[in-house]
Amino acid sequence: MSMVPTLLSVENLTKSYGGVHAMRGVTFDLRAGEILALIGPNGAGKSTCFNVLNGQIIPDSGRVRLLGEEITGKKPRVIWRMGVGRTFQITATFPTMTVRENVQVALVSHGGELFNLWSSTASHARDEAGRLLDLVGMGAYAERPCGELAYGDLKRLELAIALANQPKLLLMDEPTAGMAPRERVELMRLTARIAREQSIGVLFTEHDMDVVFEHADRILVLNRGSLIAEGSPEEVRGNTQVQAIYLGEGLVYDARHREGASA
Amino acid sequence: MAFYVVQFLTGLASAASLFLVASGLSIIFGVTRIVNFAHGAFYMLGAYVAFTLTERFSGALGFWGGIVVAALAVAVIGVLVEMVLLRRIYHSPELFQLLATFGLTLMVEDLVVLIWGPDDLVGRRAPGFKGAIDFFGQNIPSYDLFLIALGPVVLGILWLLFQRTRWGILVRAATQDRDMVAALGVNQKWLFTSVFALGVFLAALGGALQIPRDAVNHAMDLRIIVEVFVVVVIGGLGSIIGAFVAAVLVSELNAFGILIFPKISIILVFLVMAVVLIVRPWGLFGKPEAPARRTPGLTVNPWRPLTTNERFAAIAALLVAAALPVLNNPYLLTVGSEIAIFVIFAASLHFLMSVGGLASFGHAAYFGLGSYGVALLATKAGLPMIVCLLLGPIVGLLGAAVFGFFAVQLSGVYFAMLTLAFAQIVWSIAFQWVSVTGGDNGILSVWPSSWVASPANFYWLSLGVAAFAVVILRIMVFSPFGFALRATRDSPLRSEAIGINSKRIQWTAFVIAGTVAGVAGALFAYLKGSVFPDNMGISLSVDALVMVLLGGVETVSGAVIGAIVYKALNIWLVSQTDLSKLVLGGFVVLIVVAFPKGIVGTLEALMHRRRKSSSSASPLLSSRIETAE
Repeated sequence: MSMVPTLLSVENLTKSYGGVHAMRGVTFDLRAGEILALIGPNGAGKSTCFNVLNGQIIPDSGRVRLLGEEITGKKPRVIWRMGVGRTFQITATFPTMTVRENVQVALVSHGGELFNLWSSTASHARDEAGRLLDLVGMGAYAERPCGELAYGDLKRLELAIALANQPKLLLMDEPTAGMAPRERVELMRLTARIAREQSIGVLFTEHDMDVVFEHADRILVLNRGSLIAEGSPEEVRGNTQVQAIYLGEGLVYDARHREGASA
Repeated sequence: MAFYVVQFLTGLASAASLFLVASGLSIIFGVTRIVNFAHGAFYMLGAYVAFTLTERFSGALGFWGGIVVAALAVAVIGVLVEMVLLRRIYHSPELFQLLATFGLTLMVEDLVVLIWGPDDLVGRRAPGFKGAIDFFGQNIPSYDLFLIALGPVVLGILWLLFQRTRWGILVRAATQDRDMVAALGVNQKWLFTSVFALGVFLAALGGALQIPRDAVNHAMDLRIIVEVFVVVVIGGLGSIIGAFVAAVLVSELNAFGILIFPKISIILVFLVMAVVLIVRPWGLFGKPEAPARRTPGLTVNPWRPLTTNERFAAIAALLVAAALPVLNNPYLLTVGSEIAIFVIFAASLHFLMSVGGLASFGHAAYFGLGSYGVALLATKAGLPMIVCLLLGPIVGLLGAAVFGFFAVQLSGVYFAMLTLAFAQIVWSIAFQWVSVTGGDNGILSVWPSSWVASPANFYWLSLGVAAFAVVILRIMVFSPFGFALRATRDSPLRSEAIGINSKRIQWTAFVIAGTVAGVAGALFAYLKGSVFPDNMGISLSVDALVMVLLGGVETVSGAVIGAIVYKALNIWLVSQTDLSKLVLGGFVVLIVVAFPKGIVGTLEALMHRRRKSSSSASPLLSSRIETAE
């Protein structure tokens, strides 16, 4: 395991809003090909952490490095160019374009052709877009208007867009929120497969503990801005501090899977 | 020293009315999210009604009674407007709301001329404030001192109203989250109506109080609304304190700007606005805007290039148009040239507004810059026509590059207000810089070279350039750049997340649109043989907006159709009636309320429906889910 290089290294991130500490000295690493879940009750600082990694928020202190290169405080679009793809909690796509065009725009941007005023986009990276759509199981929908897609399909389309720059790191903010249970499992299996095959590191936040414990290699637990636990699903599940503080879905999970657990 | 103090006090006095109107606009925006373009019209109505009341009915009401009753009467008109018109468009995109309230402004302009006549009306002095006070040898009108005191008093009353009354608390709550307030069982309809009434009351009061200082005229609405837009852009929309501070700032800049740049005092205000926008894009006391709303009936049909058949049809239409000189009717050819030029103009705005989602309310500035560029090159430098036609649009390009840089820092209503303010600045420079631009007299004898002097040749030139411009813009729409531009419109969040530098893309689009508008303006100068400040006036900007809207804002080719239909209608209308603004304004309101998809958009929707009913509808289409951004 130590052979795999550290992809993302987060050191001592701190951010406060007025008197509220959204993050206090958050530190963790992420290796290539690893799937890391960031969980915690509402207000724990997950979104803040995510938005710092993505460049939407500048931390008060601390640093974020991608393959050794500092990305703290860089703009989202710059971080994207360094190989970080992202999906959003509420999907963000281009509803007036077709599904294929959505991916093509990302590919055009990746290819540095944004200021090409002359050639036709239709022929631009058409096959590459098709390949990405096939990968996420959306190939059959390529010519559909994006505005007509069902929510689960939009999530898959977002994944295809996020993969367009051949990312090293994928940030997924609640990737399965608002999806039906079967769709959740499918999307996470797909993500896990792509991550393993292409050796992409994945960091995701999630409220559904079934999804977290089934798909994450490692779990970080955030509470009131501080990391209170870190480890494999089994370790985190057994952690009494997590059980005490994290009175969310974690206990429900426990109750369901370990009958007779004390309340 | 005394002189500067007096100048300062004059500025403060001017700030009072400006603050009243701007605070009204801000209050209305805070709750209803509508930027009420008609606010200037209500201000003007307040002045006219107050004039009548203080002149004719001063016995019954007295001067002050007349002022207050005038403001109340106009507020009642405002309530009617809110109930009849605005309630229908609260959920429309900003562009439609701005246009509808602008249509209203046009109608009011013709109505006041109809009722009160075209001449300036000079009202009476306020009783008790007729004299002037001596200040170290300088005179200060005592009425100015009254106005200086009035501003803070109104600010205080508004503060009490919003902090201490139940209604005020509801308004503040609605400003933060109107859906939540509705969910708590507050009757939104009446809350909105009462807020609108208060805002209009303040605007009308501002107008009425101007009677002792200024003559009442039918152009005061646009003058004040531009200043008010500048005030709210600087102060921040929705903030009353911001309106107050910015009103004082702008008025003082005007008062002292006259001393520094007597001809173009507005430059100083512009510079301050530019600085504020760079440091605090949402104004000194404002908050960032919520994401823009979608256009109703947003096309689910993604844009596509023309099919081969459609290309042939377009070429056939062009050939038919090119055969117009066969009729041998010079007037028709002049009209044809004008329509072709406006097709270029509308297509350039379409590129910015439909593809980029940036509805410029001051696009005429770049048209006018192209015109003036040509006129100056032709008359002062004596360059031949072909050179002028090539260089003239570069003036539009430069203007668009400078103003566009600031404008694209903002979006939505702020963008609209800022572009309008820029256009007004350009207009007033053309108007005031008499030594270069000829001011109101314009620049005459800009005649085309002999090879296009005949109406037929000039028509062919215009038609050719129009076809060329439309084709180029269409290619750009479907180019990677065009897609990137649409991406920034569709989802700023996603665009940024896939490495698109939205501001640079939008700036480039602004410059392209400004340059093409400059081409249209350059041709227009030669068509008319002269240029005037009106070549960059607000009404021309709105013409362009209406052309795009009429054709269909969500279509690729709507602007072309919209320009042809609108311009033909407009030329015919002007020849038929003196009340063209009234008819035009009514027309704009009608399109927004009843016909928001425009001609081409409606046709496309019809064809799409037919196609869909003939093919078996997929279950996916019926279970369409709107995504939130």
